[in-house]
Amino acid sequence: MTTTHDQDLPPTPPDDPPIAHAPAPGTEDPGRSEPGTGDLGRSVPGTGDLGRSVPGTGDLGGFGPGAADLRAGGPGGGDGRALVAVEDLWVGFGGVEVVRGVSLSVAPGECVAIVGESGSGKSVTARTLLGLAGPGADVRASAFTVAGQDALGFGPREWRALRGRFAGLVLQDALVSLDPLRTVGAEIAEVLAVHDVVPRAWRGSRVLELLESVGVPEPEVRARQRPHELSGGLRQRVLIASAIAAEPELIIADEPTTALDVTVQAQVLRLLAERRAAGSALLLISHDLAVVGSIADRVLVMREGRVVEEGPAPDVLVAPAHAYTRALLAAVPSAASRGTRLTDGTPLPRRPAPPEPPSSPATPARAGVQPSGLAGDRAARSYGAAAPGKGVEAPGPGVGAVPVLVGAGLGRSYGSRRVVDDVSFVLHRGETLGVVGESGSGKTTLARLALALLEPDQGRVSLLGGPWSGLRERERRPRRPRIQLISQNPLDSFDPRHTAGRLIAEPLRLPGRERRARVLDLLARVGLPPDMAARHPRELSGGQRQRIAIARALGPRPDVLVADEPVSALDVSVQAQVLDLLAELQAEYGTAMVFISHDLGVVHHLADRVLVMKDGRVVEEGDVAEVFARPRHPYTRELVAAVPRLPAGRPAGSRGTAAEQRVGAGT
Amino acid sequence: MPAPTPTALPAAPPAAVRRRRPRSAVLPPLLPSALLGLVALAVAVPGLLAGADPLAADPLAALAPPGPGHWFGSDHLGRDVLARVVHGARHSISIGVVATALAVTSGVLLGLAAGLSPRWLDEALARAFDVLSTLPELLLALLVVAITGPGTANVIFAIAVAQIPAYARVIRAQTFVVRRSGCVEQAVTFGRGRLAITAGHVLPNVLGPIPVLATIGLGTAIIAGSGLSFLGMGPQPPAAEWGAMLSEARDYLRVAWWEALFPGLAITLTVACLTVVGRRLQRRFEGRTP
Amino acid sequence: MIRRLGAGLAVLWAAATASYLALLLAPGDTVDVLVGEGPDTPQIRAAIVREWGLDRPGIVQYLAYLWRLLHGDLGRSYQSQRGVGEILATQVGPTVQLTLAAAAAGVTLAGLIAVVTAGRGRAARAAVSAAELVAVSVPPFLIGIVLLAVFSFTLGWFPVSGAAGPAALVLPALTLGLPIAGVLGQVLRGGLERALEQPFALTARARGLTERALVTRHALRHALIPAVTLAGWFTGSLLGGAVITEVLFGRPGLGRVAVDAVTGRDMPVVMAVVLLSACVYVVISTLLDLAYRAIDPQTRS
Repeated sequence: MTTTHDQDLPPTPPDDPPIAHAPAPGTEDPGRSEPGTGDLGRSVPGTGDLGRSVPGTGDLGGFGPGAADLRAGGPGGGDGRALVAVEDLWVGFGGVEVVRGVSLSVAPGECVAIVGESGSGKSVTARTLLGLAGPGADVRASAFTVAGQDALGFGPREWRALRGRFAGLVLQDALVSLDPLRTVGAEIAEVLAVHDVVPRAWRGSRVLELLESVGVPEPEVRARQRPHELSGGLRQRVLIASAIAAEPELIIADEPTTALDVTVQAQVLRLLAERRAAGSALLLISHDLAVVGSIADRVLVMREGRVVEEGPAPDVLVAPAHAYTRALLAAVPSAASRGTRLTDGTPLPRRPAPPEPPSSPATPARAGVQPSGLAGDRAARSYGAAAPGKGVEAPGPGVGAVPVLVGAGLGRSYGSRRVVDDVSFVLHRGETLGVVGESGSGKTTLARLALALLEPDQGRVSLLGGPWSGLRERERRPRRPRIQLISQNPLDSFDPRHTAGRLIAEPLRLPGRERRARVLDLLARVGLPPDMAARHPRELSGGQRQRIAIARALGPRPDVLVADEPVSALDVSVQAQVLDLLAELQAEYGTAMVFISHDLGVVHHLADRVLVMKDGRVVEEGDVAEVFARPRHPYTRELVAAVPRLPAGRPAGSRGTAAEQRVGAGT
Repeated sequence: MPAPTPTALPAAPPAAVRRRRPRSAVLPPLLPSALLGLVALAVAVPGLLAGADPLAADPLAALAPPGPGHWFGSDHLGRDVLARVVHGARHSISIGVVATALAVTSGVLLGLAAGLSPRWLDEALARAFDVLSTLPELLLALLVVAITGPGTANVIFAIAVAQIPAYARVIRAQTFVVRRSGCVEQAVTFGRGRLAITAGHVLPNVLGPIPVLATIGLGTAIIAGSGLSFLGMGPQPPAAEWGAMLSEARDYLRVAWWEALFPGLAITLTVACLTVVGRRLQRRFEGRTP
Repeated sequence: MIRRLGAGLAVLWAAATASYLALLLAPGDTVDVLVGEGPDTPQIRAAIVREWGLDRPGIVQYLAYLWRLLHGDLGRSYQSQRGVGEILATQVGPTVQLTLAAAAAGVTLAGLIAVVTAGRGRAARAAVSAAELVAVSVPPFLIGIVLLAVFSFTLGWFPVSGAAGPAALVLPALTLGLPIAGVLGQVLRGGLERALEQPFALTARARGLTERALVTRHALRHALIPAVTLAGWFTGSLLGGAVITEVLFGRPGLGRVAVDAVTGRDMPVVMAVVLLSACVYVVISTLLDLAYRAIDPQTRS
């Protein structure tokens, strides 16, 4: 049971040991370095001249102002040929320093990535390179060269001449990063017009060429459409087309694939890699280590405004020198992290063994069900058929063979759109069933059907052996506490007037005193101090809110938890804490869980079995390791292949030496 | 003319900004609150602020400029303008307060009725609110006065009727939002009953912002009331009412600016203070409603 | 578009019905109400009963009333002994002049306020907010009185009353237009500032656009969207304000007619004015709706 608090409140220095291995740079006490790594004196090849990646030397103080030497290991980095080079960059807003002494250079044709969690200052750093830090920003640097000119003396006119022409910017989510009221053709043509790249008469045809070059089909049609009429992937391509329209030498891409589905993300990354191959330099900003690993030459890891580690991508991602980078890598859930805590790599308590695999003929009803194929589907059908209208009471803990939640042939439409189509599943006591799929695959609708917040058009849901869908709400109410929801955005599900304590108390049906005691107990169990009870959720961080949501859901001691993207809005280190917490609590209570996520790594880390959904249907299901290792359905294969991997073929989140030691020690 | 505050509230600032919001943004502003206190005092015990009789005419002292004796000057009948402004508060403010109270009460009841009704009834009521709120409030009020005739009570009734649709619409929309919010859905998963959810989540979240709405609405109602009085449909002479005083003062504008200035200032300051206080309260509510 | 038309007809029908109900609900005998303070003779009473069908069942009366309106017959004022349509027709000109001038002045001023002050820091924001606060807090007749005191009585630049010549239009149009400028300016400015903070504005800046080009080519359109949704308030301001402005400046016009009719309890005229203002509302909101579609094509899909 971890007692950590969340670290996603930017100003609060973290106190959680595993992640706090990385003290604020410049203050690191070498003595605190993890044994076994600090003494290696490891200069990562190619970065040794940085004099900074060796924790054991205590040289980290060198991150402070003026100390950084920028001759990094990229081609031409640091010398006059660098496209952009900045030394000891500080950016503040109203006295709050957001970027603190960052040094950075990008050489022609190079791909440099800045990785960090929210609040690390990575975006501000990137925007400052275009003079776009924002109104009221106080920018200082000891040296700042852009396109061979001294940018410290730039006025608005000089900056404008470079923007778009020398460097193009690609932001997250083209739906809002392109003007929603204008056609995408006009957006691209604007760059051509501002820099007078081609004569007016040729702009139209140049726009079409550009759209074609980024792989937009039917450019004539698309050019006349507006961003909301295009799919997410096409929009992002258009955004890239507008960034490269004036053929800049540098593309700055700030989270260019965040919020995209994984298959679309793979396409966009491929497109960026193509641009690089064509000679552009790329500065990539991302929170996702695996995305970065697939494309970057050099990686800078940022935290609280400082660069904590820098070096060639394979070195940083495979053998990170800094404790923070290691913690960040270890926090990425994946197949390799199964059964261990993401925060410190220690093994998780074993869950009470799920009854038996679905294939074993434990009860007559389940006899003859094959382990292959859509076994759960058939099982579900047989349960669905066998579940009569009798209100069977919740079986005692010993009756493990009866599945706690069964969906049989579920279908649901909104208007003419079939959102969920013929979906069946079985959830056993203590088991975790992962549901993966891209946006629009019907995952959330399935969750609402499971919770009976929505009635299916077809099929039925049964809970604890009794009917669940098709009842009147009055009949369902007594059994409502048996199945609970954890939603993606906890703030939505909180009454905005209530304190955390009152929110947790809401589902508890206990007399006053016991209730208060139970609230405190629940707070402790989710790792929050008792004084949190008096706080309003708006004052809390994302991770703390999600902990409160978990405490609320666990309050009634449910048999089933339905978790709908519970960690997708969180930073990776906070996500790690929340996932650890969920796993621990699940082991302790033996709660079964339906875990919905778009992130294959998270599901692989946590789930026993998995349903893969596409367009409202289940295309594949089975044991999680089996499905992800040997996907049978073409869509699953595409999905698995699209997940970005760290270098050397390691899947996202596989650990370096330290992690291997931990795993070794744990077993 | 009632000028409803446009509902274009600034988008809620991001959480980080909101957290750092200065305390002054949360407390009601001091100066406007103090001025409103003064107005309230004028309504409650006008004699305390102005000793003179607001109705006592003195033809010999007509149109005297401000000075000792008549601090705000005297009007064309020689009545003390200060006394009339102070005593006029009772008429002007009570018209606004009573009309707002009536409009808010009926609007809330109608809005809730629509928001909590089955779909078809809700639709029907919503369309009715929409149509009624398309008529300019002043014209709706004039229609009512045309039937009832002039007078304080009738003006109150007219303003209340004219403002009901706006309140009903807001409340219905808010009920709609809260009923579909995540917190209500979550309460369903806890197995709470319809009644408990309505009482525990829907009503408090819908009714919570009403004091704010009413504060801003009160300013609007006071302007509407003074407008109708200005047109001669409110309290009849010689009663002191700010709008009516302005109407009379118009004819003496060339010679006695003070007769118009002080009642004008009284209306403007009262409404401005109400608006400032109301908006400050509104900002406090931001992020507290689903 | 058909929906739009239907909604417009519904508003007109509702306005007609509301004024009809008002007539029925008025205390006293309907004939008495219709006679009002006009001449009261048995002949006139008989004419009223005939024209309004008061001797027939309620529903027939109501349908006959709607039927009459459909034919453009607004009825007869028994006080002035003239047709209501005729009364309105003679007075509609000055009011149209006044409201158009006021709308133009208000919108132009609002646009200037917004473009000049958007993104210019706290001082500009405070100034516009103060102007807006004044615009919603000062009753329109007070604005008129102040303008009169300064520009007519003190400076003598403009006539005090009447509707002769363009000079006589300036102060009334300002009286009506200033509150609109204050509120609309604040809304437009807020919309501009929000648009300039959007990611697409950052993208546009990253293309090398000047701030001015960013405002005119991108942000202004976004700022118009919240402004257009103020249609109801805008129309109400103009029509309601016209009543007070016309009385204050002694201008002829429909507002004047309305006030006289209300004080004189000339119900047919009051009912016709309500109906006319509903018509104006429908026309203006339809136009603004079309403008909205042109600004924001997303609403089309």
